[in-house]
Amino acid sequence: MRIFGHKPTITAWIGIVIVAGFLVIGIFAPWIAPYPEDRTFDDVGSYAPPSATMWLGTDQIGRDLLSRVIYGARTTIGIAFLTTVLSFAIGIVTGLWAVVGGKIVDQILSRLVDVMLSIPLLIFALIVLSLFGSLFQSVIGSLTVLICVIAVLDSTRVFRLSRSVAMNIVVLEYVEAARLRGEGTWWIIRREILPNALPPMISEFGLRFCFNFLFVAALSFLGLGVQPPLADWGGMVKENAKALGVGGMAPLWPAAAIALMTIGVNLIVDWILSINARPSGASAEM
Amino acid sequence: MARTIAIRVVLGLLTLLGVSILIFAATEILPGDVATAVLGQGATPDTVRVFREELGLDRPAYIRYLEWLGGAVQGDFGVALTNKRDIVKTMSPKLFNTLFLAGYAALIAVPLAVGLGILAAIKEGKWIDRTANIVSLAAISMPEFFLGYLFIFFFAVQNRWFPSLATVYSSMPLDKRIYVVAMPAVCLTLLVTAHMLRMTRSSVLAIMSQPYIEMAFLKGLSRARVIFVHALPNAAGPIITVVALNLAYLIVGVVVIESVFVYPGIGQFMVDGVSKRDLPVVQACGLVFAAAFVILNTVADVLSILVNPRLRKPR
Amino acid sequence: MAEGASKATTDQVLKITDLRIESIHGLVLVDNVSLELKRGEVLGLIGESGAGKSTIGLGAMAYSRGGCRITGGKVEIDGVSIRDLSAEGRREMRGRRIAYIAQSAAASFNPAHKIIDQVIEMPVKHGIMSKTEAKAWALELFRALDLPKPEIFGERYPHQVSGGQLQRAMTAMAMSCRPDIMVFDEPTTALDVTTQIEVLALIKKLIHEYNTAALYITHDLAVVAQVSDRIMVLRHGKMVELGDTKQILGAPRTDYARALVSERKEADHLSQLPKVDTAHVLEVTNAVGVYETFVAVNNVSIHVAKSETVAVVGESGSGKSSLARLILGLLPRRSGSVKFNGKELPPALKERSKDDLRRIQFIYQQPDVALNPRQTIAEIIGRPVQLYFGRSPAEVKRRVAELLVEVGLPEDYAGRLSTALSGGQKQRVSIARALAAEPDLIICDEPTSALDQLVADGVLKLLKKLQDELGVAYLFITHDLGIVRRIAHRTAVMLKGEIVAQGPTAQIFNPPFHPYTERLISSVPEMRTEWLDEVLAKRRVG
Repeated sequence: MRIFGHKPTITAWIGIVIVAGFLVIGIFAPWIAPYPEDRTFDDVGSYAPPSATMWLGTDQIGRDLLSRVIYGARTTIGIAFLTTVLSFAIGIVTGLWAVVGGKIVDQILSRLVDVMLSIPLLIFALIVLSLFGSLFQSVIGSLTVLICVIAVLDSTRVFRLSRSVAMNIVVLEYVEAARLRGEGTWWIIRREILPNALPPMISEFGLRFCFNFLFVAALSFLGLGVQPPLADWGGMVKENAKALGVGGMAPLWPAAAIALMTIGVNLIVDWILSINARPSGASAEM
Repeated sequence: MARTIAIRVVLGLLTLLGVSILIFAATEILPGDVATAVLGQGATPDTVRVFREELGLDRPAYIRYLEWLGGAVQGDFGVALTNKRDIVKTMSPKLFNTLFLAGYAALIAVPLAVGLGILAAIKEGKWIDRTANIVSLAAISMPEFFLGYLFIFFFAVQNRWFPSLATVYSSMPLDKRIYVVAMPAVCLTLLVTAHMLRMTRSSVLAIMSQPYIEMAFLKGLSRARVIFVHALPNAAGPIITVVALNLAYLIVGVVVIESVFVYPGIGQFMVDGVSKRDLPVVQACGLVFAAAFVILNTVADVLSILVNPRLRKPR
Repeated sequence: MAEGASKATTDQVLKITDLRIESIHGLVLVDNVSLELKRGEVLGLIGESGAGKSTIGLGAMAYSRGGCRITGGKVEIDGVSIRDLSAEGRREMRGRRIAYIAQSAAASFNPAHKIIDQVIEMPVKHGIMSKTEAKAWALELFRALDLPKPEIFGERYPHQVSGGQLQRAMTAMAMSCRPDIMVFDEPTTALDVTTQIEVLALIKKLIHEYNTAALYITHDLAVVAQVSDRIMVLRHGKMVELGDTKQILGAPRTDYARALVSERKEADHLSQLPKVDTAHVLEVTNAVGVYETFVAVNNVSIHVAKSETVAVVGESGSGKSSLARLILGLLPRRSGSVKFNGKELPPALKERSKDDLRRIQFIYQQPDVALNPRQTIAEIIGRPVQLYFGRSPAEVKRRVAELLVEVGLPEDYAGRLSTALSGGQKQRVSIARALAAEPDLIICDEPTSALDQLVADGVLKLLKKLQDELGVAYLFITHDLGIVRRIAHRTAVMLKGEIVAQGPTAQIFNPPFHPYTERLISSVPEMRTEWLDEVLAKRRVG
C-alpha cells in the first residue's frame, strides 16, 4: 500500500495502526465502552484492582476506568484536533497576511509574535486561563474557552512557519511573474502561494497536534483544562494520582494512553519527514 | 562585533518590556471586570467595591502598569491577595528550589544530550543512531506526569529506593537534598535530553553535508579530525541555540514535574495562584518565568555571535 | 614522496578501468569508463550536466557522494589499486597523491579556520612536512599564484577574501602535498570571464611547473582546449569520444562531439541578421535606478526597435539585470524616462495599465523557479490568454495547443505539471507563456545560461524563429558574448551600472574598442589551443 505516493516503513505502519485505533475508539466510544463514563459502582468501590468485568479496575469514586479511558479518547483527541485546526487557520491567515500585507503589517505582527513567544506557552496559558476562564465560561462554555486560548497561543508558532514558508515562495520568480502579469493579491495567494505552502506544513500539523495534545493533557493535569465530570486523560491522571500511594496503577493507564497516541503520531510524522530527507554527503565516509 | 552584541542585548531588554506589558494586559485589560472575575459571579456588589479599591482598579490601567513595573524592577511585587504576605519573600526560597531542580537536571542533560546527539549524527543510519532515534521519539511523546508517576510507581512504591514526594526545607544538607530531588531531576533530564539530542543531531547533520566537510575527507584527513576540527567548530553556534531552547523548555517542564512530586518550587506556587485567582502572584510568577526565558535566549544569541567567525572577523 | 618500490617503470600515474558508479536507487551514473593519465599530462573531461564528469573525478579518489556507490572497476594510482586498500590506505592516498579542486571555493573552505591553517593541514597531517616547512611552501605557492600580500594572505578567514582569490588559494591547498594527480572540477565556472582567464593561466602555469598530471572537468570546450593535452567527451555516464585536443576540436569523429564543437564554434562568429524597423518600441532615457542607497542603474539610455534584438552584456554586478527590473517597474526609478510605443510608462508596476503589462513580457534565467510547480502547463500558458483577452475556456484550450506547437512542444504536454519537464522544455513553456500575451517586447534575462549547451542552442534558435515570424523585439540580458554575436542587432556593454559602449553588434566587436569591451572580449576563451598563450603574451606586451 502507498500513502502520499510512498510505501510506509514498519515504524510508520505501527504509527498508523495506533492512531487509527484511537480514532476508532474515540469516534465509537459509546458503542465500545462497556459502561457509561459517569456510572459509579458503589458495590465495587474506589481503586478496585483489575478484574474480569472491569479490566482496568475502578477510579477514585468507583467508575469503570476502561470506559473512562475510552470516552477520554474522544475528549482529549477531539480537543487537541480542534485546537490544532483552529491554530493552523489563524496562523496561516496571519502568516500570509504578514507576507503580502506590506512591511508595516509584517513588522507589527512579527514583533507581537516575538514577544508572545518570549513567554513560555504553559505560563502564558496559566496567566490567561486564571481569569479568562472564569469570565467567559458561563457564556460560551469552558471547553470553548480552552480551545480558543490554546489555539491563539499555539498559532504564533504556525504564524512563524507559514510566514517563513510563504516568504520563501513570494520571492520566487513565478510569483513575480504573476505580479508582472497584473494579477491581484488574492489570486496570487490562492493560486501561487497556498498550493506551494501547504505541503511542507503537513508534517508540522502532526507536530503541532502532538504538542497541543500533550499541552491540553498537562493543563487538565494541573486542574486548569478540561473540567470534571467529563472524562479526559490528563484530568483522569490527576484525579487518580492518590491510587499510587495504595499500590494501584489507576493514573498510569490514561497517562500511557496519552504517551501511546503521541508516539503514534510522531512515528507517522517522522516517516513523512524522512521521505524528503537524503543521507548527508559525508555518510559514505562514516 | 561589540555592536552586534549590544544590539542583541538591547533587543532582549525591549522584549522583556514587551513581555511585561503582555502579562499585565492579559490579566488586567481583558474585556469584562477583573474584580468580578477574581471574586466569581456570586460576589456581592459591596465586596466587589472593596476589592476594586484595594487593587486600585478605579485608576487607569497604564498608571497601574507603571506602578507594577516600577515595583517589579525594585524587587517588589506587592502582597498576595489570599494571605496578604509579601510575594517576593514567599517566592524567593521557592525560586531557589526551582533553580536547584532545573540546574540539577541541566547539569546531567546538557552533556548527555549534546554528546549523544553528536554521536548519533556521525553514526547516521547505524544502529546507535536508530536506537537513539526510537528511544528519544518515545521519550518526547511521554507527558511529563506519565514519566513522573511511572518513576514513583517503580522506584518509590514497588521498590522503596526514593521518597515519592520530593519534600525539601531550607536547612536541608546538600547530599540529602540531592538524594530527595533525584527522581524529579532524572525525570526532567530524560524529557529534555530527548529533545536536545534530536535537535543536536540534526544541526550536526546539516553541517556534515556541507561541501567543506567533503573537502576535508578528500584531503585525506582522519574521521576524528574531520569531526572535531572541521565539523564541530561550525556546529557550535547551532548547538548553543539548541541547548538554550531546551533549557527554556526545562523551565516549563518544571511546572508539571513539581506538581507530580509536590515539590515546593515556583511552578507549584504559580499553579496555586492560578487556581486561587491570586492575581499579583500569577503576574509575578509569570514575569519571573518569562524573564528566565528571555535571558536564556539572549545569552545563547550572544554566545552564537561570539563563536561565529564571520561576525568575529568582519571583512 | 616515497613508495619507490611501487613506482611503475612507465610514466603512467593514474589508470581507471571499467569504473562503474550507481546511485543507491540503482541508477547508473558512470558506465564502464576507462582512462589513463601519464605524469604531467592533462586530460579534459567534458560533457553536459548528468554526464558523470564530477562523479568520475571523485571516483578517481575512490570517493562517492552520499546516495552513490562505486559498484565496479579498478582505480590504480602508480600501480596501487586504491579500491582494494583499507579506509586508512585510501586516506593516505587522498590529498597526498591525488588532490581535488572543487567548483565553489567559497563552500569548500571551512568558514571557521584561517586559510593558512587549511592550506598546511594536508602536508602536516600526512606527515610530509613540519609546520614551518609547510608554511614556507604555502608562501611559495601563494606567490606563484599571484595572491596579494602572500605573507599575510593566509592569516585571513575565507569570507574575508574574494572568490577569485579563494579559488587560487584552493589550488594552493591542493598543491600543498605536491600530489602526482590533481582533479579540477569546473574550477573557473563560478568566476567572471575576466577573473577566469587569470585563474586559468595560473593553473596552467602551476601544473606545468611541477609536472603534475591532471583531470580537468568542465562543460566549456574552449576552456578545456587551453589546458588539456587530450579530451574525453562524456554523455549519460558513458564515454563518447577520446582523442587529442586538436583532433577533438578540429575533427571530432562522433556526431555528439561534432554537435558540441560546431555549436561552440558558432559563438565565435557574427551572424548576419535581417534588417529591422526604425520605429522604437522601447526608449529609455537617462534612467537612474536605486536599491535603497545603492545606485544600480546610473544614467542609462537605450532603445529597442520593432523586431530588433538588443543585447545588454556585462559581468555579475554590472547592473544589467537591474536595468531589466527598472524597465519592468520592479526597481524604483529615481529619474529619467521609460517610453513604450511613444508613451511614457509609470515607474511603478502598480500604476501601469493591464495593456502596458501585456505588451512587455519577461523570461527568467532559472526555468525551475519561473513556473509554478503546482500548476499544469495548460494553466500556466492559458492564464495570460484568459486574463488579457478574456477568452472562453474552449478558446483558451485551443490557443494553448497552438502555442505549444509554436514553441516545439507536443500538444499533450498541456495536462502535465511543469516539474515533469526538463530544463529546456520548461524554458520553452516560459516562452509560450510570454507569447500568449502577444507582446511587442520580450525582456530575456539570461534565458539560456542555466541550460546545457545543445539545449540552449535550441532555445536560441526558437527565439530567433519567433522573431522572424512575429516581429517581436527582444532586450536580451546576458554575460555570454557568444550569444550576443549570434542574435543581437545591437549591443550595449554595462559596467558598474553604466553603459560604457553601445552600437551595432559588428561595431562593438571590431576595433576601435572601448578598453573594458576589449578586456571583456579578449577574456572569452576561444576554441583554439593557442588562445590563452596568445592573449597572455599580448597583455604582457600591452
